[in-house]
Amino acid sequence: MSWFLGHLGLVASLLATHAYLAVVPLILGLALALPLGWLARRVPALYTPLVAVTGLLYTIPSLALFILMPLVLGTLTLDPVNVIVALTVYTVALLVRTVADGLGAVPETVLQAATAMGIGRVRRFFTVELPLAVPVISAGLRVAAVSNVSIVSVAALIGVSQLGSLFTDGFARDFLDPIVVGILASLLLALALDAAISGLTRLATPWLTVRRAT
Amino acid sequence: MNLLWAYLSDPAHWQGGAGIPARLGQHLAYSGVTLLIAAAIGVPLGLWIGHTGRGRLLVVNLVNGMRSVPTLGLLFVAVLVIGPRLQGDLAFLAPAIFVLVVLAVPPILAGAYAGVDEVDPQARDAARAMGMTSAQVLFGVELPCALPLLFGGLRSAALQVVATATIAASVSVGGLGRLLIDGQATRDYGQMAAGALLVALLALAVDLAFALVQRLVVSPGLAPARRRAPQIPEPAAQAA
Repeated sequence: MSWFLGHLGLVASLLATHAYLAVVPLILGLALALPLGWLARRVPALYTPLVAVTGLLYTIPSLALFILMPLVLGTLTLDPVNVIVALTVYTVALLVRTVADGLGAVPETVLQAATAMGIGRVRRFFTVELPLAVPVISAGLRVAAVSNVSIVSVAALIGVSQLGSLFTDGFARDFLDPIVVGILASLLLALALDAAISGLTRLATPWLTVRRAT
Repeated sequence: MNLLWAYLSDPAHWQGGAGIPARLGQHLAYSGVTLLIAAAIGVPLGLWIGHTGRGRLLVVNLVNGMRSVPTLGLLFVAVLVIGPRLQGDLAFLAPAIFVLVVLAVPPILAGAYAGVDEVDPQARDAARAMGMTSAQVLFGVELPCALPLLFGGLRSAALQVVATATIAASVSVGGLGRLLIDGQATRDYGQMAAGALLVALLALAVDLAFALVQRLVVSPGLAPARRRAPQIPEPAAQAA
């Protein structure tokens, strides 16, 4: 406890970096997964290959992916960009399937009704299909957010500093306090992200709340 | 890229106790032992929870909760707390295996539970109506029908264990992770990249092996598995 109070500033700055490294890939991954998931749904022949390839990417262990990134990107080994790109890959891997399945779960009758009302394809996607797929996509996003927070800490092993650095420092000095503080801060961050995504989902899907209330 | 090939093509790196085959063997041994222990705990428990319907909440919360625990921190705490009570190599190996088992149990448990839980109620009722006992229903109907999801859980767990066993090299155990960690310590990028590539290939091979075994073991009647959306989110392999 006294260690924590003495190092508030350090923990806060590591927490901020950690959040940055976990959230940026989440947003990038979602931005990439939306068109890919749409494509997988639009062209059924592409569904299996897209889901299979992204699934394979997901099997690559994180530490290995962090280390291999410089070969692919030409970055330096210590560059935090490696972590961001690697986590974006994981997020896309997780979300492509979720987005495709979420869009696929929109009832055909709803689509027909929208078309009958004269809504064009593009507008139908943004105003009908996407909003109705939000609950499914958001469930996938929450899983991605929570596992991103956990994976980021591994990057401490390749020298990218964030909450995981508290683990490596504590371990090197045979000192539990920083490790425990790091674990708790990381859990809190995961919880906060999870709650934030749930909250945004509730805002984006007001009709679900109404149904719950009545 | 050149550093990577230079490392991989040097015959000296393919022999001896620190050679690639030895490291691969250690990696497989840790992962295998872990999976056996985790399956011995997770499968019966998951089947029981699915069969009796008791403790469902526990499964969902356990899976979601464990996903958010940073593996690296857990590993270091386990070594610092358990390690000093043990001697020699065991001081690092036992805590590492312990953490791997802790990580592997939730996905296996969830797979076994979800598999039994999603068995067509009509199949279960028919089996009961035919006079099968509770145990016969479980082993004759529910277990075979649960195999696809049960394997899904084992597969996630296996990937997670292979990934986390890599990280375990940072607490002085063997395995392919040594190449990554030692390469980092000596600033030998070729060694790090070689280790990373081998670990990635190993993960893909393990996943493929599980897919093949699953195809052999699961009844062909379930093959085009009419899978409803699982009630538990797909157990994420990647927590490490």
